[in-house]
Amino acid sequence: MLTFMASDSEEEVCDERTSLMSAESPEGRPGPEDADSTAQWRSQDSEEDCEEDPDRYTCHGVPGQPPGLEEELTLKYGAKHVIMLFVPVTLCMVVVVATIKSVRFYTEKNGQLIYTPFTEDTPSVGQRLLNSVLNTLIMISVIVVMTIFLVVLYKYRCYKFIHGWLIMSSLMLLFLFTYIYLGEVLKSYNVAMDYPTLFLAIWNFGAVGMVCIHWKGPLLLQQAYLIVISALMALVFIKYLPEWSAWVILGAISVYDLVAVLCPKGPLRMLVETAQERNEPIFPALIYSSAMVWTVGMAKLDPSSQGALQLLYDPEMEEDSYDSFGEPSYPEAFEAPLPGYPGEEPEEEEERGVKLGLGDFIFYSVLVGKAAAAGNGDWNTTLACFIAILIGLCLTLLLLAVFKKALPALPISITFGLIFYFSTDNLVRPFMDTLASHQLYI
Amino acid sequence: MTAAVFFGCAFIAFGPALALYIFTIATDPLRVIFLIAGAFFWLVSLLLSSVFWYLVRIITDNRDGPVQKYLLIFGVLLSVCIQELFRLAYYRLLKKANEGLKSLNPEETAPSMRLLAYVSGLGFGIMSGVFSFVNTLSNSLGPGTVGIHGDSPQFFLNSAFMTLVIIMLHVFWGIVFFDGCEKSKWHIPLTVLLTHLLVSTQTLLSPHYGLNLVSAYIIMVLMGIWAFFAAGGSCRSLKFCLLCQDKDFLLYNQRSR
Repeated sequence: MLTFMASDSEEEVCDERTSLMSAESPEGRPGPEDADSTAQWRSQDSEEDCEEDPDRYTCHGVPGQPPGLEEELTLKYGAKHVIMLFVPVTLCMVVVVATIKSVRFYTEKNGQLIYTPFTEDTPSVGQRLLNSVLNTLIMISVIVVMTIFLVVLYKYRCYKFIHGWLIMSSLMLLFLFTYIYLGEVLKSYNVAMDYPTLFLAIWNFGAVGMVCIHWKGPLLLQQAYLIVISALMALVFIKYLPEWSAWVILGAISVYDLVAVLCPKGPLRMLVETAQERNEPIFPALIYSSAMVWTVGMAKLDPSSQGALQLLYDPEMEEDSYDSFGEPSYPEAFEAPLPGYPGEEPEEEEERGVKLGLGDFIFYSVLVGKAAAAGNGDWNTTLACFIAILIGLCLTLLLLAVFKKALPALPISITFGLIFYFSTDNLVRPFMDTLASHQLYI
Repeated sequence: MTAAVFFGCAFIAFGPALALYIFTIATDPLRVIFLIAGAFFWLVSLLLSSVFWYLVRIITDNRDGPVQKYLLIFGVLLSVCIQELFRLAYYRLLKKANEGLKSLNPEETAPSMRLLAYVSGLGFGIMSGVFSFVNTLSNSLGPGTVGIHGDSPQFFLNSAFMTLVIIMLHVFWGIVFFDGCEKSKWHIPLTVLLTHLLVSTQTLLSPHYGLNLVSAYIIMVLMGIWAFFAAGGSCRSLKFCLLCQDKDFLLYNQRSR
């Protein structure tokens, strides 16, 4: 899901809670609980943004803002937000493609996940297609069941359970998958490493990752860790999903994303609405946040900006809700509480950001990685899918700026990606190969 | 083939484009978006031309022989025409987007059409260059001997220079094309189309690299001069720039000279 961070001081919440979050697809198959949690943490805070806009301007000490200014600011920030999302998505894809092209492990077939039990090693095309559709059905139903389970847990306030679930899955990602990844990379490049060094490296990496993701940490480091775990998850999918099943699953999950985020009875929408009713933040651990929240804790003596006072209240409110989660603070919200210089003007221009769910990162990277793994050493297909996904993301962000509500980030990008993958692989590649063999340039 | 060949050819082909990107485009997010959209438009044009080529190939039943060669030539010409058509389509889209941006925030300076012409040309060029050359580049990292069957041993170098000239030509074509469309002088886009066709059909003389490359570079220089004047440059401003006497520019950058 894509959301804007309404980082302005609003009446209730001025934090990324109210920002739209990208349609997050479930994070990981091996951690099914994760998948559900990620799938559910799609917040749709569109309505809040619109309502609070006038407040935003009053908070800023500019009470008489013309209504047109809001649109202007949206547009003015629009391009910057797009780039703030392009960069991490590109980085994630680059990591995945680089790994796929250099480490042979992730393109070898070594079995399948239990969520895709039907094999694709069948003699006939029809049977293979049927098996992949069945695999997809099973996978999607697992995701739906887990999502509903998570919504139920959230509704009945079993926060500790959810929190423990998230911690377990990020532990597994940060330690186990990193260990496997590092092992394979070292094997590929034939570099020897002793166990003590390995232990030290992975321990430090994992521990800092856990702290950054679930507690506080520098924004850049947190973003880097989120990108890394998305890439690791995507690599697992690329390895363990059989060929045709992967493509059908990608298509099906975009449809599911669309339904879950936009339909009134969709699980994700219900989750977000519940979170809004309770005025609680949704878990930050599974959302990539592109910008800093405003600086909290700076006293502003200017009476016209009553929002500043509200700012000071909000953290306390949030602290309470965090305690109920068992989580000390929002990693994104309190990322950099600047020393409060009383009387100093706080940032007039708060950084508004966009949030994208980690599931979106994962599935974008799965698409591009599968295109890269498809063999033939062909880079054109990979590049075409990359550009298609970026354009899809751009269009989704444009829709976000227009509609100002949480939107699923998967459908447009994955559709473009799939169209371009199949057409480039089957139509453009023979054309370009023929041109290249005759050394013609168009 | 060695890493030296790989890096050398990669930088020959993509160095100037990378420099242009870093210094002029990467600083402004809106330009990056327009660049990627331009690349996307070129990609769609390539897709369309591949579809047509594929269909024609199926119609002629995939017979081997000279038919394939003629089909390929037809494919090249069609592809060039479709590329220029998509350049026109992108121009129309940018015009609408510009108007939309202007109406929404009149105070904010929207990017000028000239800048968008440059950005779109660069987008087309980068995508075109990358699609032509990346597979060759990745093969150059692997084992092999160039020209073992009697072909030219300078294959990689020639391809790199050809890619470079295509990228720069796309930039200049973009500027000139948009300028012609803005002033509604339709013979200008037509000239762009003709020069593009000329450059592409010249590559049919493939084994004779010398003539091919030299004429392509001459066309690039001529187009460059035309684009310079179309973008509003003049001999005077060039002189000032080269002699560092451009006082307005220096003042703006607060340097003293």
